[in-house]
Amino acid sequence: MSYAWDWGAVRDSLPLLWHGFLTTLLATVLGTAVAAVLGLLVAVAGRVPSRLVTVPVRTVTEFVRSTPLLVQLVGAYAVFNTVDPLTIGVAVLGIHYASYLSEVYRAGIDAVPKGQWEACRALSMSPRRAWQAVILPQAVRKVLPALGNYGISMFKETPFLAVITVQEMVAKAREYGADHFTYAETFTLAGLFFLAASYPTSLLMRKLEKRLGH
Amino acid sequence: MGDFYTYFFDHISSVWSGLLVTVEATVLGSAVALALSFVFGFAARSGLLLARGVSRVVVEFLRGTSLYVQLFWLYYAFPLLSGYELSPLFCGVVAFGMNYGAYGSEVVRGALNAVPRAQWEAAVALNMTPSQRMRRVILPQAWVQMIPSFTNLLIQLLKCTPLLWLISAADLTTVVQQMRDRTGATTWAYLTLLVIYFVLAYALTLLMNALERRAKSRLGLHTGRRALLRRRGAESAREPGMAGGAS
Repeated sequence: MSYAWDWGAVRDSLPLLWHGFLTTLLATVLGTAVAAVLGLLVAVAGRVPSRLVTVPVRTVTEFVRSTPLLVQLVGAYAVFNTVDPLTIGVAVLGIHYASYLSEVYRAGIDAVPKGQWEACRALSMSPRRAWQAVILPQAVRKVLPALGNYGISMFKETPFLAVITVQEMVAKAREYGADHFTYAETFTLAGLFFLAASYPTSLLMRKLEKRLGH
Repeated sequence: MGDFYTYFFDHISSVWSGLLVTVEATVLGSAVALALSFVFGFAARSGLLLARGVSRVVVEFLRGTSLYVQLFWLYYAFPLLSGYELSPLFCGVVAFGMNYGAYGSEVVRGALNAVPRAQWEAAVALNMTPSQRMRRVILPQAWVQMIPSFTNLLIQLLKCTPLLWLISAADLTTVVQQMRDRTGATTWAYLTLLVIYFVLAYALTLLMNALERRAKSRLGLHTGRRALLRRRGAESAREPGMAGGAS
């Protein structure tokens, strides 16, 4: 019952976890970037006026959205076994979250008033120009807070990357814990790292949301 | 391809037992999550500062530390600290329940806040007791609002169950991974696994749609049968500020 909490282990594993934490951040930032771009492309593709395009796009996003990230990661890692694990991790995280973000963008695009489209036509803009200059700037602005929130959510799911041998924070914590039999100390520390990073960010996102008038 | 499916159907009984573990973890985990959602959701609206404060701290703590870390902490660190050995499935149910309960509490809070003020006042004017007011006026309306967000959380929870494989519970992912190791059919094994999860998720969505239709009809809002086949909305209840809107 009486467990000797080893502060030495906390101190010694700190630099190791910090190193892993940087990998975690890197994966989150890259993954969010992939998801932001890919999600937008999917959302725009979903509005093409042809069922030949929209039905497959929706089916694929629904499938990706409804299946476990962990299985997608492990599967991609096993199939593309020559690719660097971090690249696979970023790609799978990006694709997974793009399937959520596409719906967020879709809602953002739908929220642009119909009059804006009509005005574009009245000014005889090309569809491409209308999207670029009028529709997307308005839609993306509405979507920004949600994007940040999904980024936070992705951050908390990066430990999954440990399974495909990416040396992120939890992989390091597990390694150190196994070597020194100090799981209690290192996992607690890892949890606190997550809390310290995600809580202030989510407060910031809430502020941003209020400011953009949600 | 043929090899894998021959093996798969020859060992279908182990697939069933893996599926059972996955479904068990999902059902029990979401039951714990639902209970905690209501406890923390109500506490967040309590008149007592202490209850509100405790609820806020617990919810932010459970949401801020990753589920993955929580599960591993329960499985690896908790036995060291307490001397109690927990079964993998139990760890899973507790971790999923607490984590999703924290997200769910925001759904409950948001939905209660979204019931129009006048409904509360009308219930008071009719001289209803607080428990009658909650049971007969507020909850039936709030419940309808909660269901779509709960559906999303439920699917999210289902999608986390492969974590059980990492703490050596014999869930669906574990079983199919073993089959893949035996047969070497990587692509087919993972595709099959994904399709099974997709089917499970869709079945749960249909179930929740039926629940929503029933809850709505209790309020006199009748929806067509087509609504049963509707896809899930994408708004993720996991996110702060997106949970149930009003906060």
